[in-house]
Amino acid sequence: MEQSFLEFQNVSFQYREDSPVVLDDVSIQVNQNEWVAVIGHNGSGKSTMAKLMNGLLFPNEGHVYVDGLKLSDENIWEIRRKVGMVFQNPDNQFVGTTVKDDVAFGLENHGIPREEMIKRIAHSLKAVGMEEYEDHEPHRLSGGQKQRVAIASVLAVAPSMIILDEATAMLDPKGRKEIMHTVNQVRQERDVSVVTITHDLNEVTLADRVIVMNKGNVWFEGTPRELFEQKGDLQSIGLDIPLVSKFAHELKELGLNVNKQPLNHEELMDELWTLHSTM
Amino acid sequence: MNSSMVIGQYVPGDSPVHHMDPRAKITIIFFFVIVVFFANSVASYGALALFALLSVGVTKIPPRFIAKGLKPVWFLIIFTFILHLVVTKEGNVLFSVLGFDVYSGALIQGVAISLRFFLLILITSLLTLTTTPIAITDAIESILHPLKRIKFPVHELALMMSISLRFIPTLMQETEKISKAQASRGVDFRTGPIKERLKAIVPLLVPLFVSAFKRAEELAMAMEARGYQGGEGRTKLRELALRKIDYMVLVLFTFVIIAVFLTRA
Repeated sequence: MEQSFLEFQNVSFQYREDSPVVLDDVSIQVNQNEWVAVIGHNGSGKSTMAKLMNGLLFPNEGHVYVDGLKLSDENIWEIRRKVGMVFQNPDNQFVGTTVKDDVAFGLENHGIPREEMIKRIAHSLKAVGMEEYEDHEPHRLSGGQKQRVAIASVLAVAPSMIILDEATAMLDPKGRKEIMHTVNQVRQERDVSVVTITHDLNEVTLADRVIVMNKGNVWFEGTPRELFEQKGDLQSIGLDIPLVSKFAHELKELGLNVNKQPLNHEELMDELWTLHSTM
Repeated sequence: MNSSMVIGQYVPGDSPVHHMDPRAKITIIFFFVIVVFFANSVASYGALALFALLSVGVTKIPPRFIAKGLKPVWFLIIFTFILHLVVTKEGNVLFSVLGFDVYSGALIQGVAISLRFFLLILITSLLTLTTTPIAITDAIESILHPLKRIKFPVHELALMMSISLRFIPTLMQETEKISKAQASRGVDFRTGPIKERLKAIVPLLVPLFVSAFKRAEELAMAMEARGYQGGEGRTKLRELALRKIDYMVLVLFTFVIIAVFLTRA
């Protein structure tokens, strides 16, 4: 039985009393070692949801549980140690003057002894493939590299969950690929839950589960494959489905019997070349 | 923006001076600056000059870098020298220029004061030439540490300095970007009367400030998310340690100070 690591119980949130409700009675959970992608267009409440997960914001109504702890002022630092977060802007989360110093920042905050720190820095930089850049200053790194350092900084603290709050939104396609590859890699090597917040549907294909947010409500919850089967509805809330899925939908409309909803080019190819075989 | 952009005037190197603890360097410079004002004989000036020149020689920093550091003060040195020549009227008249009598005392005074200036600038620029800004920040934090007792925010000050250092290149890149964007909209930064050019800076500064505040806000949130709760209970990755070389130089410098006081006139 999978154990839930993070749970929202009927969470509602608004920034000010007179401002619109950003999250409206949302209940979700994230299991241990699970990768959950949260998508939605701007203003759907997805980023607010991320900030509620590690106590950067507190719910107006309902409760947030992290690893059995109810989020409150007393345990907020313990929760932030368990839930690491990577933000959107690569520059505005780089605190140290060099890569090494930046990874050290989180460790210093948690009072990790120096010897242990050195070990962890080397280890986590290796995990994101940035070990050769240890002494580089941030302005000598690309956006993707900076985000990888941000992931390393989070990993060094050894959290049970990592949130990527639109961490790829400001990167070029190459940077995006780097980050998704890194996250996938990390997931295979460590026991860690991942929550990726994004508005790019191409990024959800690797996730175990997808939560689609719309106007402060959970609009859909299921596997990526299930999600892409609902073509028209997705477009109605302003999200565009990936080309492969679109193609599969078109084929179906033409009467071709594509059974499985393909997630990537390989799967679509497999579907196509086995179309007429009756094995 | 090229990748070799260096903050400050630090010249990387591998000399003993580069490897010294920044606290030792700051301490030596602090006392050097005081002792320079006590020197008043050829021997005492000689001892200080020897120490300063030896330090410069050991760093193996090309002289042009040092000359660059001295550039803005050359004028001041020469100006004080001439002022002394004209104003001081002690000793014998050596010669006259354009009706001015130049006294021997004036010449000695002029040389002494100029030399004092020169040594001051030389030794202080040596600190910034051989120490990274971040190492200087660490040293300041460590030296000011006792002030924590009287609630002086030492850690916060050091963090502020290091974050400023980290964001200087970022904001410089941003300035360049904004100035290009505004130039493409027709703002002219380069020509016209001073008043017009000053006015042209406004559309550059406003977006820069707005974005700097936005950055600050996001950075604060990122720091909080990474568990920053102030200086209490923090450990440090960068460690300062006095080593043999530091003690050796400190002892040598003590001898220099003693020599200066013994040879005073």
